[in-house]
Amino acid sequence: MTDRRQFMLSASAAALAAALPGSLLAQEATRIGFVYVSPIGDAGWTYQHDLARKELEASLGSKVQTRFVENVAEGADAERVIREFAASGHKIVFATSFGYMNYVERVARQFPNVTFLHATGYKSGRNFGNYNARFYEGRYLNGVIAGRMTKSKILGYVGAFPIPEVLQGINAFTLGAKSVNPDIEVRVIWVNSWYDPGKEREAAMTLISQGADVVTQHTDSTAVVQAAEERGVYAFGYHSDMSKYGPKAHLTATTHHWGEFYTRTVNAVLAGTWKAENIWGGFKDGMVRLAPLNPAIPAAVQAEVKALEEKLTAGTFHPFTGPIVDQAGKERLSAGAVMDDVALGKMDFFVQGVASRLPNTR
Amino acid sequence: MLRLEPRTEASRLMQWCSPLLAATLTLLAGLAIFWLLDKDPLEGLHYFLISPVKDLYGVSELLLKATPLMLCAIGLAVGFRANVWNIGAEGQFMLGAVGASGVALYFAESDSALILPAMLLAGALAGALWAAIPAFLRTRFSANEILVSLMLVYVAQLFVSWLVFGPWRDPMGFGFPQTAMFHDAALLPTLLDGTRLHLGFVFALGALALGYVFMNRSYTGFKMRVAGEAAEAARYAGFSARRVIWIGLLSGGAAAGVAGMAEVAGPMGQLTDKLNFGYGFAAIIVAFVGRLHAFGILLASLLMALLYIGGEQAQQYMNLPSSISMVFQGLLLFFLLGSDVFIHYRLRIGRARA
Amino acid sequence: MDAALFSSILFATVVAGTPLIIVALGLLVSERAGVLNLGAEGMMAMGAVAAFAVTHSTGNPWLGVLAGLTAGMGTALIHGVLCLSLQANQVAAGLAVAIFGVGLSAFVGKPFESVALPAVPPIRIPFIADIPLIGEALYNQQALVYFSWALFWAVLWFLARSRAGLVLRAVGEAPASAHAIGYPVILIRYLAVLFGGAMAGIGGAFLSVFYTPMWMEGMVAGRGWIALALVVFATWRPLRVMVGAYLFGGVMITQLFIQGSGLQIDFPAQFLSSLPYWATIVVLVLISRNPNAIRLNSPASLGKPFRPEQ
Repeated sequence: MTDRRQFMLSASAAALAAALPGSLLAQEATRIGFVYVSPIGDAGWTYQHDLARKELEASLGSKVQTRFVENVAEGADAERVIREFAASGHKIVFATSFGYMNYVERVARQFPNVTFLHATGYKSGRNFGNYNARFYEGRYLNGVIAGRMTKSKILGYVGAFPIPEVLQGINAFTLGAKSVNPDIEVRVIWVNSWYDPGKEREAAMTLISQGADVVTQHTDSTAVVQAAEERGVYAFGYHSDMSKYGPKAHLTATTHHWGEFYTRTVNAVLAGTWKAENIWGGFKDGMVRLAPLNPAIPAAVQAEVKALEEKLTAGTFHPFTGPIVDQAGKERLSAGAVMDDVALGKMDFFVQGVASRLPNTR
Repeated sequence: MLRLEPRTEASRLMQWCSPLLAATLTLLAGLAIFWLLDKDPLEGLHYFLISPVKDLYGVSELLLKATPLMLCAIGLAVGFRANVWNIGAEGQFMLGAVGASGVALYFAESDSALILPAMLLAGALAGALWAAIPAFLRTRFSANEILVSLMLVYVAQLFVSWLVFGPWRDPMGFGFPQTAMFHDAALLPTLLDGTRLHLGFVFALGALALGYVFMNRSYTGFKMRVAGEAAEAARYAGFSARRVIWIGLLSGGAAAGVAGMAEVAGPMGQLTDKLNFGYGFAAIIVAFVGRLHAFGILLASLLMALLYIGGEQAQQYMNLPSSISMVFQGLLLFFLLGSDVFIHYRLRIGRARA
Repeated sequence: MDAALFSSILFATVVAGTPLIIVALGLLVSERAGVLNLGAEGMMAMGAVAAFAVTHSTGNPWLGVLAGLTAGMGTALIHGVLCLSLQANQVAAGLAVAIFGVGLSAFVGKPFESVALPAVPPIRIPFIADIPLIGEALYNQQALVYFSWALFWAVLWFLARSRAGLVLRAVGEAPASAHAIGYPVILIRYLAVLFGGAMAGIGGAFLSVFYTPMWMEGMVAGRGWIALALVVFATWRPLRVMVGAYLFGGVMITQLFIQGSGLQIDFPAQFLSSLPYWATIVVLVLISRNPNAIRLNSPASLGKPFRPEQ
């Protein structure tokens, strides 16, 4: 696999060499480093980032050369890997997990001429930006489909940890489902792990046997989709299109697309126009999309979802538009208001419609 | 025909040659693996052995990575010599980190110079406390310390997770499982400007020196070695088996606790739920490869650290999967344990004389 | 609780307990012969990747199980050679097997991470599967679930009733005497270690081919270590291994069911998850404090090397 990729790279380089005048070739490729938190695998968080890395290579060709390190623990090792990229002549480093934040910050201070991009964090600096995607927009659309497809009116959700990003997803999913089917309830099971296929599967099986006929997950494996396929219920993929793991069950997926963003960022850095920003992109920016819809979804529902998707893309609709009422019945957002990004980033409650309780952590 | 013949006396030469033999065999196996993967073996060796230490910064990183390994391994060696099998240093490491973090968070307002010593003490005590559980259960109920200390690793991991998701979660941290960053007074000073090598490395060297004096020069250390090598003789000589167990486990726990403290007060600067780096388990390999001897542990921890960092670089520059480091670590210990047979046996050619 | 809910909890508990039973019974036999193998996690990982690779390329899950068995045995053989032929320390060798197995499985498994396997249909046992309440949960299961039960009976019979089992236990209790009587201690220990490896390999195969049909690095997720704890928890008795494994599975499944049902739990999930580990420690203390119980249960020579010439 790796060898083939390298071969193709060199083959395309040779083709370029034949076509281009020598002056362009003399220009050295900009080196770009990627730091991944888990093995790349075939689906999931890191896989989407690696796909984007390949898109970047494809779109900028010989102008860039990318390298990656996978399975980098979110501890002291991360700083060394990030620094090694910076020190060995990489001009841009993408660090793709939350736990790298403080290490990126430190290395960024030491290497002012290198540009650092950190995913899902909240810190930034002069040469250090962060980026994330509004996954909850896709979740809302998943919720609409789930609300239309469910017969039992029970929806299942397997979550990793109760952090804001996951809560945004669960709440958006619930709001979406309730918007078309006010009687539904969403049941949540925490597996307290980002990646434990066995436990994720058990959690999905549990939800299904408690009556859920549509399930989804905010964890990193394909186990939930596979479990749904086995039990003949519906499921949504997350991170990646997981339809090959459950052709019948997979209704669609909220998929992550970093490729365009990476290309845009690299071009800006090369042109000298890049500025540190906090990027939080959604449908509008092409960072979140839906995987192809399963033909089992009726045409009317497909049209409904398409219409909402267009509104999200146009920026005329926000899933967290008030009134938003939490489980205790307290109004968290008044009617007509749109939740701002700070409130979204600090989310620590379930909306009405979620049947499970948040675990007591304090 | 080849056969093994017992030596009348353990070979001191082999005692020290066996790790070298194991390292050489691991090296050869590494070359073979690179060759099988169609990678240039020399390039592989370059990234594993030379590139990580190509400059001062690289050396400082090597020493930084070796610090927790040294600390955990020297503490474990004290117990291992006396046949006390603490394999829960991983959990004691985590508890040490928790103890130190507790002090740092509680005195977050203070910039007293006493904070670091207090964190060091809290880390060592918390680690020792976690190791005291298997020690107590072993001496009081003769419960096997291997299994108890191993179980407690999982409990420690869950305990850390509860702390950073619950009471110690940074209120300004957007709900992520982490404590607030420690303030400057709670961070270990670096030894070399521009590097991350911190005072913890000096703790590690101190622990090695202390371990050497205790194990090789003190009477208690001698008694513990006798207890390990000949339990009957020790009992006959009136050495307390209980004391041996307590000392063995507590020193392992305290040293691992200091390692945990040095990690959160050093390169991490906060406590997160991602503390399961495997230093406590890797330290068992280090202790064995280092012959349970302070000087050997120094060398072995550097070798292990090199394997870790080399694995990263092999990934970065040769596209090798990260798991190759684990394969090499496993091989190193296999070869060491295999070579050790020559300490007590010699290889003979021909049939045994009856 | 209604019948359907009970049935599904039971079903899930049995499935979650199955890999633990298979692996723990294998380790139990190995430990009864006096060999402690901490490498279960590595042997399971090797079994899982081999089983997945072979199932994927042949389309036959049974060839996959056979491959898993072989891979587990091969990994155990390293432990055997080090500890039995070369007299190495069992704790150190076991840890090396664990690290090596997890690492090597990730290494050789790279090409298989992108592949999905079809689910293997369960086998429904006619008539008894119709028993209300428990029939569906117990008798419409994967073949390896039935295998785990057969294995239980076989191990139980072997240890308690067979002559070979008696010899094996003698080797674990008093290797010197067994050697003096003329039993080949080292050979018997080799067989026991290989059996342990084979079962760990099958346990791994269950995970990657039947349970969550996929292969991913780290997918064993600590089950090897739990199986090791289980053997102690069971005080080296097959029946208690069964009970313990289902208890372990049951606690996990019930916890999921409670969460799903929306009941408020005021107890932090982390503390709940740590209960099995505390329980193991408590059991260990209970059996260890009574010298008679130790003598009856834990193999006396566990973890100690044996040199036949002495």
